[in-house]
Amino acid sequence: MVGVHGLSTAPRAGFDVERVRMDFPILEQVHEGRRLVYVDNAATSQKPHAVIDAVTRYYENENANIHRGVYRLSAQATLAYEHVRAAVQQFLGATDPHEIVFLRGTTEAVNLVAQSFVRPRVGRGDDVLISHMEHHSNIVPWQLVAEQTGATLRVIPITDAGELDMDAFRSLMTHRTKFVSVVHISNSLGTINPIEDIVALAHERGVPVMLDGAQAAPHMPVDVTAIGCDFYAISGHKMFGPTGIGALYGRANHLADMPPYHGGGEMIRTVSFAKTTYAPAPAKFEAGTPNIAGTVGLGAAVEYLKGLDWAAIRQHEDDLRDYATRSLLKVPGLRIIGTAPHKAAVVSFVMEGVHAHDVGTILDEREVAIRSGHHCTQPVMDRLGVPATARASFALYNTRDDVDRLVEAIREVREVFGT
Amino acid sequence: MSDNLRELYQQIILDHNRSPRNFGKLEAANRHAQGSNPLCGDMLAVHLRVDDDRIAEIRFEGSGCAISQASASLMTSAVKGKTTAEANALFRAFQAMVTSRPSTPIDRDTLGKLAALGGVRQFPARVKCANLSWHTLHAALESQEGKKITTEREQE
Repeated sequence: MVGVHGLSTAPRAGFDVERVRMDFPILEQVHEGRRLVYVDNAATSQKPHAVIDAVTRYYENENANIHRGVYRLSAQATLAYEHVRAAVQQFLGATDPHEIVFLRGTTEAVNLVAQSFVRPRVGRGDDVLISHMEHHSNIVPWQLVAEQTGATLRVIPITDAGELDMDAFRSLMTHRTKFVSVVHISNSLGTINPIEDIVALAHERGVPVMLDGAQAAPHMPVDVTAIGCDFYAISGHKMFGPTGIGALYGRANHLADMPPYHGGGEMIRTVSFAKTTYAPAPAKFEAGTPNIAGTVGLGAAVEYLKGLDWAAIRQHEDDLRDYATRSLLKVPGLRIIGTAPHKAAVVSFVMEGVHAHDVGTILDEREVAIRSGHHCTQPVMDRLGVPATARASFALYNTRDDVDRLVEAIREVREVFGT
Repeated sequence: MSDNLRELYQQIILDHNRSPRNFGKLEAANRHAQGSNPLCGDMLAVHLRVDDDRIAEIRFEGSGCAISQASASLMTSAVKGKTTAEANALFRAFQAMVTSRPSTPIDRDTLGKLAALGGVRQFPARVKCANLSWHTLHAALESQEGKKITTEREQE
């Protein structure tokens, strides 16, 4: 196969990017004569026909509330919903479907663990440990817990390359440390953290660990049993599923210990004004009518991902990362932010004399969609001394031609700004 | 380059971005306000010396994109020497321009060089960038000392 610019695309066993692209209808979009180049996958991913069709089919043929009706449709919807729980359990390598809680996304998962697991367990003199590269969603819920309990939030520093300072992590782990919550893959830098080492170090001291897996799930197989973490959170929309649905993996014993987070229907065993008893996990955490259609869509996304060759995808995305890095570095005055050796296909950069937002606007005129700003990681920007970055983040459907279009548009930025 | 881009990044905008006028601290200031655009991280401080209801001196500090920097630079140049009422009239005229439809004629007589920012009308996501310095000026003139201006609604 030959790319548009005559660059040969290496054949990939079990993975044909052109075929994958056909699964995603939005990628066919042409605006003012230009094909859409979508490289903002760390913000949200596009959806394959399989997901869109599953949601439509659900509303057209299967819609009913779950866990209550005695009629056929309700029973089928309940089965479909619980089937997805089992599919997510297998996808994450968990051993029991009851260890999977459906939530709105990673943000809600962190908040649930913060309020329901950590808050009752910490007080003055205790530490909760996060890292300097966390998304705001893995910072603010812990600040709330710290305010509520008097516990101290401590931050694992990062290096100039954007890696966790593991020596500092070791010295921050003390008898005061009661919980660790870190990101698996950084959304703004692409750094893949040594999560097995983090879990091992924390568990040596009996400290539970939560991992924010929003950026990992769409790019690599995740096995929570092998990782050994206590909690792992994912967002459906980052992994080719719908928005508004995500999942939390929590060890069965932890989930059993946790009080409910929201009260309402669905999460109870019996209700009286004298005393209400709660359903066991995960129902205990799923008050109210859940996002059934979203869950069905998430199930379709998991099914879609299961059918792909992960090793080949990884190779494809690594190739995109390396090709983009090489191509971007040829642009004078461009500097890449986040240069960890172990990195996902995320390339954040700054251009001398041009603010990231101006880069974003000019690229958009070329129908190249990137993210510009602080990526909800203001502490990372402060630490690395940049007000904002432009970020290209790739997914399995991106091509070297997308990279070429990106670089071409960036050359236009220099033209506009005369730099 | 597209016409829209050429309109947005006019020479005067690029020039004021590269060499912002009235940039820095103002020791003699008697009015201040701070503005921020929390979604993109732009920060701006406006310092004013108002004597007998007239803006005798004005300076700004901060960092942001070309549009927000150029807008702040042009704003300070436009209101220096004006009475607070004249500055507020410019503020309203500027608001009217950036929030109007791209086809609406621009009141160049009133706006002068500020008309260069009319290009943001084609870029709805960038209107905030052009507005930040003006909202910050407005707050400083209203003497809302210590009030932080933001382009987003915040919980009180």
